[in-house]
Amino acid sequence: MTNVALDLEVQRPSLHAHVHDAVAPAHVEGQQHPIKVYLVVWGWLFVLSACSYLVDYFHLQGYLRWSLILLFMVLKAGLIVAVFMHMAWERLALAYAILLPPVLVLVFVAIMVFESEYTHLIRALFFSAPA
Amino acid sequence: MAETALTTHGLSPARPDGWEGIAADWSSDQRAFKNVSWGKAMMWIFLLSDTFIFSCFLLSYMTARMSTTVPWPNPSEVFALEIAGHHIPLILIAIMTFVLISSSGTMAMAVNFGYRRDRVKTAVLMLVTAALGATFVGMQAFEWTKLIMEGVRPWENPWGAAQFGSSFFMITGFHGTHVTIGVIFLVIIARKVWRGDFDVGRRGFFTSRRGNYEVVEITGLYWHFVDLVWVFIFAFFYLW
Repeated sequence: MTNVALDLEVQRPSLHAHVHDAVAPAHVEGQQHPIKVYLVVWGWLFVLSACSYLVDYFHLQGYLRWSLILLFMVLKAGLIVAVFMHMAWERLALAYAILLPPVLVLVFVAIMVFESEYTHLIRALFFSAPA
Repeated sequence: MAETALTTHGLSPARPDGWEGIAADWSSDQRAFKNVSWGKAMMWIFLLSDTFIFSCFLLSYMTARMSTTVPWPNPSEVFALEIAGHHIPLILIAIMTFVLISSSGTMAMAVNFGYRRDRVKTAVLMLVTAALGATFVGMQAFEWTKLIMEGVRPWENPWGAAQFGSSFFMITGFHGTHVTIGVIFLVIIARKVWRGDFDVGRRGFFTSRRGNYEVVEITGLYWHFVDLVWVFIFAFFYLW
């Protein structure tokens, strides 16, 4: 991602750019990247969504289904955040402040998986016995 | 973009990148997100808080579904449609997904044309984005109507676990609300772009501050986030 970021970085607050601004008022500002980048990402989001749908369409089951669904989900989310939301080009201080906290939600997920399995076990023991 | 530390000749000093940059940004006696405007930083922080809200919804849904001993309805069949005599599973949700992804594509391009100061293209692309968003909400209204007619309620459904109803209305309802707010947000900003507010420096109605084309990018952040949330809802609610 770093290499891509360097290639695509049109605007860089360098001394040169600032001096240039003083001469020519029509300067480059904000997040500017070639339109092609967005079209390519758009296309990939379509392909990945179609793949997700096909997982269901062909009734894949078990671990294969789950690994494919999670893979396509993570790829789609990554493309949206990195390119559409420009996170790949933001300062690292912002990127880490925003991206790390949601990752910690995984700890919560793990806790609730254990909790719900326990609840399920207790319910199975007490409710499913014939009266 | 306002710099916090300007030297006497009006140029900002070069800032280190990488890990060194993170340490320098966070430890300096200035604001943490250098080169990032307040508007953008605040939108990101709001989106982070929204991430936690949606995480909690999806987590409580997961907990309910994993702990119930009653059979869970098969979403693939629940959201199937009969099209031209063919029974196609989950097709409604697939179409909604493609509509929302397309709206993200047009939004990304609107941001780009905004920074190029192409007023007409930016406004038109934002309005197309809003139209696709409205289409999505319309399809969701159809989806809700269909399920309510079939007897789904927040406390029951004809196919098994009652929690299916509450999870469905809670999660898709909250997401649909976000899309609706996004459509309104898009139309307001598109109008400002069309009118040339950011070229002539017209003051905003609410804050009486002068806006700039970065507002288009900030609107885009919100819109892409709505799409992002749908990626997770699609995977966990509809494909599970």
